[in-house]
Amino acid sequence: MLKIRKRDEPWKWGALVVFLGALLFSLLVGGLILAGHGKDALHALDLLWQGSFGNAWALEGALLKAIPLFLCSLGVAVAFRMQIWNIGAEGQFALGAIGATWMALTFPDLPRYVLLPLMFIMAFVFGGVWAFIPALLKLKLRVNEIISTLMLNYIAILLLDFLVFDAWKDPASFGFPMTPEFTPGAVIPSIGNSGIHWGLFFCVVVGFGLWGFMRFTRLGFELKASGEGARVAKYAKIRYGMLVLFVMTLSGGFAGWAGCIETSAVLGRLQGSLMVGYGYTAIVVAWLARLEPLNIAFASFLLAALRVGVENMQLELQIPAAFGSILEGMILLTVLAGQFFLTYTLERRQGGE
Amino acid sequence: MWDFLIPLFAATVQSGTPVLYATLGEMMTEKGGVLNLGVEGMMSIAALAAFWTSFTTGSPWLGFMAGGIAGMVFGGLHAFVCVTCLGNQVVSGLALTIFGVGLTHFLGVPYVGLAAPGFNPFDFPVLSQIPVLGEIFFKHDMLVYFSFVLPVLFWFFFRRTSFGLHVAATGEMPAAAAAAGLKPVVLRYFAVLAGGFMIGLGGAYLSLAYTHLWTNGLSGGRGWIAVALVIFAFWRPGRAVAGAYLFGGVMAFQLRLQAVGTNLPSSLLLMLPYLLTILVLILSAWRGRRIDAPAALGTNIEPEG
Repeated sequence: MLKIRKRDEPWKWGALVVFLGALLFSLLVGGLILAGHGKDALHALDLLWQGSFGNAWALEGALLKAIPLFLCSLGVAVAFRMQIWNIGAEGQFALGAIGATWMALTFPDLPRYVLLPLMFIMAFVFGGVWAFIPALLKLKLRVNEIISTLMLNYIAILLLDFLVFDAWKDPASFGFPMTPEFTPGAVIPSIGNSGIHWGLFFCVVVGFGLWGFMRFTRLGFELKASGEGARVAKYAKIRYGMLVLFVMTLSGGFAGWAGCIETSAVLGRLQGSLMVGYGYTAIVVAWLARLEPLNIAFASFLLAALRVGVENMQLELQIPAAFGSILEGMILLTVLAGQFFLTYTLERRQGGE
Repeated sequence: MWDFLIPLFAATVQSGTPVLYATLGEMMTEKGGVLNLGVEGMMSIAALAAFWTSFTTGSPWLGFMAGGIAGMVFGGLHAFVCVTCLGNQVVSGLALTIFGVGLTHFLGVPYVGLAAPGFNPFDFPVLSQIPVLGEIFFKHDMLVYFSFVLPVLFWFFFRRTSFGLHVAATGEMPAAAAAAGLKPVVLRYFAVLAGGFMIGLGGAYLSLAYTHLWTNGLSGGRGWIAVALVIFAFWRPGRAVAGAYLFGGVMAFQLRLQAVGTNLPSSLLLMLPYLLTILVLILSAWRGRRIDAPAALGTNIEPEG
């Protein structure tokens, strides 16, 4: 008979072991699902590997996808740290893209060094407002933020649809739902001759900025302290309400930036294909990374690589892209289950106890 | 006017039904103290399981059961992660949704556009003859009639049976329940599995009665609306009925407007149910009755030792 016992001290490399175990388990089950589907599972997993890490081109693709994931997940993580469940990164991402596009279409002739900052500011404002609304509703009316942020996701995507199908539709697009192409001034350029754009640099700056903010400022300290909940914050004389509004705005602003970067650097216009669920994957990333900025960088790269790998499988074996969501969901579920072993351990029950 | 309203109300009942099943299922889960945000994923996979079963066996009833069982299996996953392994309930539910929606899209590909035998409307004997009400409530399929009984059973279970009281006790105070000799872990499993079954039935309704075709994205946010409605309903089955039909009404109304053809773009019309969800939460928060939520909702039971 096995007995559950609380660990006396935390399991040192436990988190990593659990994570790797979950990854392995999920790939195994994923392989079985593919085999059940009449595909050669080993070949498919090899394609997944090749597509993710196999060559420079794959790595570049992963790095590109890691950029929006990193920013969204950073946003999700700051909110989660305060136990504010912002599930709305997807919508805030869309709003950021809309804000940036609005600037790009309104001032197409401005030089890049004016237009791009304008787009980033507007993306932050739009994404931030989209997160500020549920924060305010939570504080003033105790409206559950999980539901309100989620509903705002659906609304944001429909708003984006409305803009590309109606209001901002390019008259020269032959009926395709998309805005006109951005002028060069509104496009984030590539770094040298690589396929990577300057958004990567922006991520590094934001990442270090947030780290420094959390570590060296009073507000950052209060933010960490409030993670224990509203009551603890009150004892520490922290203005919890203000902090919630601030954190949510920041969280939405980060996702908004991701939307701006993706629209400007990758698509060069606003269109529906922008929405591929980065906002939801960001939640997986944030939780896998245990809400730590540096871990988030690694985890977003890893899950971005997984997405690229799945795309490779999709091309070669006609496996639906949804396979990526299956893996993501499964990894997160297994990690959650496995985290049990970080605080508890099983041991053989002594006879006669 | 009646020519417009009666079909609209009848359509309201029909589109409200899957939401009603799911809302009651989530309510059952939450009564046991477990928050399950996987409803959207569970409804999706249940809709597919139901469709597939009916498609291969030709029996819609088997399909309906398969939907319930699929919901229960997913509920079991959630219960294992949260009740047994003490995982975070919010995150586990989200993971379940990501997993369930993904799996549905993945497995559903070969069936898109295909039809399966489903449930067809019929005039309920005698009752359908009642003027107006008969037209609205008693010219539906069997599953709608069944959904009329379900809230009553739900109420009876929690108010009149001792087992129901035990389940509610683990949602309120699991420690006290354990002290009284109950097994909170087992009771919580029951709540999540039974709730999952009902959520699954809601999903099955979508593919077997609401449409008889398989399409992607069939649940379209209904699972999330169900989670919101549990709050709106203050964990009471009677109000769940009101909430579900309110949503059914908005969905039916918006479909009708699109069919009639208005100047409003469809994407703006489609926002209505989601805007209404937020509005409904604001209104229920206004009444400020947070007390009705099970006290231990969202917190796991720590094992001894």
